[in-house]
Amino acid sequence: MNNIAAIFKKEFRSYFNSPIAYIFITFFLGISAWFFFRSFFLVNQAELRGYFALMPWLFLLFIPAVTMKLWAEEKKIGTVEILMTLPIKDYEVVIGKYLASFALLAVTVIFSFSLPLTVAYLGDPDSGPIVGGYIGLILMGGAYLSIGLLASTLTENQIIAFILGIVMSFVLLIIGEDIVLFNAPNWVVPIFSYLGLGAHFSSILRGVIDSRDLIYYLSVIGFFLYLSVLSLESRKWR
Amino acid sequence: MIQVKNLTKRYGATVAVNDVSFDAKAGEVLGFLGPNGAGKTTTMRILTCYLSADAGTAKVAGYDVFEESIEVRKQIGYLPESAPLYTDMGVLDYLNFIAQIRNIPKSQRKERIREVIDICGLEKVIQKDVGELSKGYRQRLGLSQALIHAPSILILDEATSGLDPSQIIEIRNLIKEIGKEKMIIFSSHILPEVSATCSRILIINEGRLVANGTPEELAGRAKGQEVVHISIRGHREEIEAKLNDLSFVSDYKCVKSDDAILGYRISSQQGNNAAEEIFQFVVDNHWSLSELRQETVSLEDVFLQLTGSEPADNLSNE
Repeated sequence: MNNIAAIFKKEFRSYFNSPIAYIFITFFLGISAWFFFRSFFLVNQAELRGYFALMPWLFLLFIPAVTMKLWAEEKKIGTVEILMTLPIKDYEVVIGKYLASFALLAVTVIFSFSLPLTVAYLGDPDSGPIVGGYIGLILMGGAYLSIGLLASTLTENQIIAFILGIVMSFVLLIIGEDIVLFNAPNWVVPIFSYLGLGAHFSSILRGVIDSRDLIYYLSVIGFFLYLSVLSLESRKWR
Repeated sequence: MIQVKNLTKRYGATVAVNDVSFDAKAGEVLGFLGPNGAGKTTTMRILTCYLSADAGTAKVAGYDVFEESIEVRKQIGYLPESAPLYTDMGVLDYLNFIAQIRNIPKSQRKERIREVIDICGLEKVIQKDVGELSKGYRQRLGLSQALIHAPSILILDEATSGLDPSQIIEIRNLIKEIGKEKMIIFSSHILPEVSATCSRILIINEGRLVANGTPEELAGRAKGQEVVHISIRGHREEIEAKLNDLSFVSDYKCVKSDDAILGYRISSQQGNNAAEEIFQFVVDNHWSLSELRQETVSLEDVFLQLTGSEPADNLSNE
């Protein structure tokens, strides 16, 4: 626990010691606000559905940027060699790093509360979908982060980690999209639609938090974190 | 303290470490010497539990590096080659971070950090970020990171490479100082580096351990051979034809040939009084001799014999 906390603290501070956190937060909020307000006054409805629907796609580009350096940079400059020879278990480092990226996401999401507050000021939105949307956002973002973290363990090049993270999340996102499901063989449709990253988000967006969706996201996170640990341990496989 | 048995590590088709076995006791400063790519770093990475071996066993302070990795890591302080550090952290933050993971109780952390700062001479840079440090200070910070938990074993990979001569001497003295109390494994591809600091030398070449002994023992192994350098004025064909006829000469090599002066490095079996014999040989042939000098056998000859390559000798500050 102590070790996880040490790694978390170090990584979280490192986000804010470098421009990454500020750039991430600013751009993410700026771009999401732009997309939101572009249609908000046209539709003239006090709701955030369009905003949330956009999120799986914005995350696709933004989240791998948060995770890309977590392992790739350590490998590149060789600090991983000191880190992994300290008396710390591989999974502790993985969890510590994951939580740090998760905390950055949480901070960003908190900053984005300005949007629902604006909407609430201008109209009278239904709070259910908004609360649900935020819970879904955190869960889905958490899943993206775990995928991005895995991508970062696979290479020492941050750009490759970034692109790999996008590709892996993209695949997991589109398999649940209608256009893929229409064209897929019948027997895989239920599997794909269950595994799709976005489908569970849409169901949470309706304002109903189903335990299946919760379990889905937590399993995705657990699964990819486990793969990260395996990927790190692979250097010691005989 | 360290027992290594038949350690083997392959990377695909190349064998990085090939059946290496050695023991090391407390209080020894062990030098790994070998050309670049000989397997020194890989051996160290296995000992520090960063990599695992394909075959063989290694025990550190009684713990198996594969089975009881965490215990082994607690015993060891490790500085990898070129001191990789987090450049975005402050010097104190970095030491604090390492101390935290090294599980040094909060109450003692400050004191320990102060101690390693003193030992490694980091006083001047504690306010700086790691990224601003010069190579020499990074190396010291790397060393202090390895010392912070007062480990019983210190493993340093090429700790002096890339430093300027005065920094090398500082780091070397530091290692000597620390080596009085701790066991140190120190790798280098530079011979004077190892012979200056280590009480025992392991020479590794192409993954194999080719020699293991004190610097004196190893130098002793090179004896049994005398090497004489001569410079003669004469014709190359004639000289070489006659050199071939000399029974005590086991080998010779033309090392210099400008104008009519020819330089030779002649080796012969010991006990032949090679220098005198060669002088007589030159006189008999009525050549003129401009240089005759006996080469002292050194560790370098052992290194050469065992590895078949020249040791790097880029230290002229001796």
